[in-house]
Amino acid sequence: MSAPLAAPAAGPAAGKPLRDGLCTVGLLLAGSFLLRWASGSLNGYQIQLLNLIAINAILALSLNFIYGFSGMFSLGHAGFMAVGAYVSALCILTPAQKATIWFLEPIVAPLATLQTSFFASVMLGGLVAALFSLLIAAPVLRLGGDYLGIATLGFAEIIRVLLTNLVPVTNGAIGLRGIPSHANLFWNYAWLVITLYVILSILKSNFGNVLKSIRDDDIAAKTMGINTTSYRTMAFCVGGFFAGVGGALMGSLITTIEPKMFNFQLTFNILLIVVAGGLGSVTGSVVGSAVITLLLEGLRIVEYPFNIDLDLGLFRVGPVHVPGVPGMRMVIFALVLMFIIIFRRQGLIGTRELSWRALFALPSKIRGLVGRKDPGAGAGG
Amino acid sequence: MSFELFVQNVFNSMTVGSLYALIAIGYTMVYGILRFINFAHGDVFMVGAYLIFFAEMLVPWPVAALIAIAGASLLGILVDQTAYRPLREAPRISALISAIGVSFLLENLAVVVFTGLPRPAVQPAWMVRPIAVGGLRVLPLTFLVPLVTAALVMGLLYVVYRTRPGLAMRAISRDIETTRMMGVSINRIIALTFGLGSALAAAAGIMWAMRYPQIHPYMGVFPGFKAFIAAVVGGIGSIRGAVLGGLLLGTVEVMAIAFNPTLSGYRDAFAFVLLIVILIFMPTGLLGEKNKDKI
Amino acid sequence: MEINGVTMRFGGVTAIDDLTISVPKGGITGLIGPNGAGKTTVFNVITGFYKPQKGEVVFEGRRLDGMPSHLICRLGVARTFQNIRLFEQGTVLENVMVGCHVRRSCQWWMAPLALPGFFKEERRIRNKSLDLLDKLNLASIAGHKASSLPYGAQRRLEIARALATEPAFLLLDEPAAGMNPQESSDLMSFIKKIRDEFDLSIFLIEHDMKVVMGVCSQIWVMEYGRLIARGSPAEIKSDPKVIAAYLGAQE
Repeated sequence: MSAPLAAPAAGPAAGKPLRDGLCTVGLLLAGSFLLRWASGSLNGYQIQLLNLIAINAILALSLNFIYGFSGMFSLGHAGFMAVGAYVSALCILTPAQKATIWFLEPIVAPLATLQTSFFASVMLGGLVAALFSLLIAAPVLRLGGDYLGIATLGFAEIIRVLLTNLVPVTNGAIGLRGIPSHANLFWNYAWLVITLYVILSILKSNFGNVLKSIRDDDIAAKTMGINTTSYRTMAFCVGGFFAGVGGALMGSLITTIEPKMFNFQLTFNILLIVVAGGLGSVTGSVVGSAVITLLLEGLRIVEYPFNIDLDLGLFRVGPVHVPGVPGMRMVIFALVLMFIIIFRRQGLIGTRELSWRALFALPSKIRGLVGRKDPGAGAGG
Repeated sequence: MSFELFVQNVFNSMTVGSLYALIAIGYTMVYGILRFINFAHGDVFMVGAYLIFFAEMLVPWPVAALIAIAGASLLGILVDQTAYRPLREAPRISALISAIGVSFLLENLAVVVFTGLPRPAVQPAWMVRPIAVGGLRVLPLTFLVPLVTAALVMGLLYVVYRTRPGLAMRAISRDIETTRMMGVSINRIIALTFGLGSALAAAAGIMWAMRYPQIHPYMGVFPGFKAFIAAVVGGIGSIRGAVLGGLLLGTVEVMAIAFNPTLSGYRDAFAFVLLIVILIFMPTGLLGEKNKDKI
Repeated sequence: MEINGVTMRFGGVTAIDDLTISVPKGGITGLIGPNGAGKTTVFNVITGFYKPQKGEVVFEGRRLDGMPSHLICRLGVARTFQNIRLFEQGTVLENVMVGCHVRRSCQWWMAPLALPGFFKEERRIRNKSLDLLDKLNLASIAGHKASSLPYGAQRRLEIARALATEPAFLLLDEPAAGMNPQESSDLMSFIKKIRDEFDLSIFLIEHDMKVVMGVCSQIWVMEYGRLIARGSPAEIKSDPKVIAAYLGAQE
């Protein structure tokens, strides 16, 4: 086992709650100072990346909760994101904006004057998405593996078609522009903390064990008295809630949403982050989000022309003009996914989790590795 | 509606349905032997269409068609050998994710190589010169599609039910381990399955390109999903089911909009609604077989 | 528990035909028969995995047939499986804690709300599980992954998990399978011990005759889905029908 990541602790934390709690608070304080510094010092592009990392992490956590931890292969995430984004947008667009945007058909009356705070709009986005999850869960969750994937994918498409056609509610295919941009570093990371808190508190408790047991062997779980249907529904809805939250935040971040953007490719991106980070690891989803978001952005360079001109002393590479190739980014992205799934299925982190206990054990582990000569003694723990 | 319009719609249903059926067969065969959804199958259809587009500019049409079919067939086998074979022993989900990866790879490679601009396929004149049939003016293509489909399906059923490789395919779909122990070269039969399925998809791609001559990299996405749904509706694992499902879906799509044109915006949703309905009431499909958990 | 006139058919095959068995409270009862006699199917019917076409299963005055499995467990019926079904990705401790879950009262949403009652219950579950592992000599490997255990330990873990559900009635499906003579005699005393300590009624499927004869007070014999004999170990040993069934099957 490599430090500071350790095998998952057996059940609820048997460690030192006070120390852990203080460390967590310390981390949160440090984090908020860091964010404040960032919003002052970094440029717009870098801040946008940080925002995207947070939102992608929320989305990855919600999908990991449904799939990695509860074993339900759901491909409908984009649908819940769409619901969250639209509900939230409808809550924060001003009536004046609504009058202008809905020019083909006027917006449905009660929505025209609807206005809430940003927090409430994201909350509502999540709740309505959770409601959709509940509706979909009933027919769909008893299907196994592949069928569940296809059925959820089907529902996501149905949602998309509905969004495109219910013009008085959603303004149809034209979409919504000029959504007030409230999703700044503070809100995105605050919601990330909330997401982490809720999901970790469920997973660390015995309910987390129950979800994992349903994932590992549904029949045995049922025989041990667990109402697997109701727990899977719960996991699906909690995941749906946070997918809606992520969608709502994303809508406010990029300020324009249309049904077309909530396609399978969006779900695929999130799935990639979950798999690359490690299915069944919360740490993995957060780390994966950072890595993949940066990678996706970094890969943009292949789509624009650039010059290579390196003088390496002994020889010289270039000058070579590499023309930009549109679409190449996604080709590389797809290759990355396939590489990961074929050669390193467990992703970056596997199922291990970062924990304070493992972090504090790090110094003694390093001492053990460096100091002792015999391999057997320093291992374990 | 008028009788002529009705008959026109029936023909349309048959055409669309046949194309869905051809693609659906590929999904169902692969699922039958590997219990795995080949997400990339719809993109093989797309590649078939592009191949005929380029080939017919160089060689006479029949030769071009053969090239397109052979090329797509090889692609299908190649995809299996590189992206799915290493994952045979892995959890099924890994193979599924790999399939999604291949699908995205093919689509974006097509964007890179062919650009996203739709290409117009050249329709041979004899296919699109309308002929008069009892008061209607019909394109020969409209008859051609169901006929060719029927011929191809017959050919496939012959292979599956009357030849040794076909027997091997059916054996693998029952019990892969025992078949392996009987000395059958599993990988070769699997490759054959992918090859056959891809060939049919390419045929569908060619006929689609003739009928709707706008070829673009994402043209396989929706037909692919819908064909898969058709396979599920008909009973995944059953070739006859795939054909039935394809025809059924084509009919529902065309007829529903024919009778109620206001629903045309929801056209793509019909397939998904049909899927949900079948999964709820008859998850093994119309012609499928129940599988039981053993405790 | 009473099994009255139960018939279970799968397509054209009748796995159980008009079976009537009664298992007394507090006893250790055996169910034996050649392979394919339908014994595991009986267990599956009792635990709600299959719904019988005919007949009923009655436990402590309530009908179990037609009930979903998890409710049957809640009523106090637990089981182990012929082919071990542990939660492979979990640790030994986690497997047992899942068993405790059926007896808890807190809901999942109380977890994020951090209610003190919730944490108390979590601690109680953890302690109870460790306690149970201790009784079954598994405490030293509590943190190990379930799939890494040797076969005998895995069987004990399955039993521990079933005991965690606080059953009144325990179904053991071939607990001695794959064990050497030393292990099976340990198992025999173990079964008697848990029956006394946890106040259980035990219903046992087994092929190992030594275990069956040594541990059961009453034995029921099945062949081809039907009951062919019942009685005490001595009676069964000398019953010609039973001997014929086993010898005949060996041909």
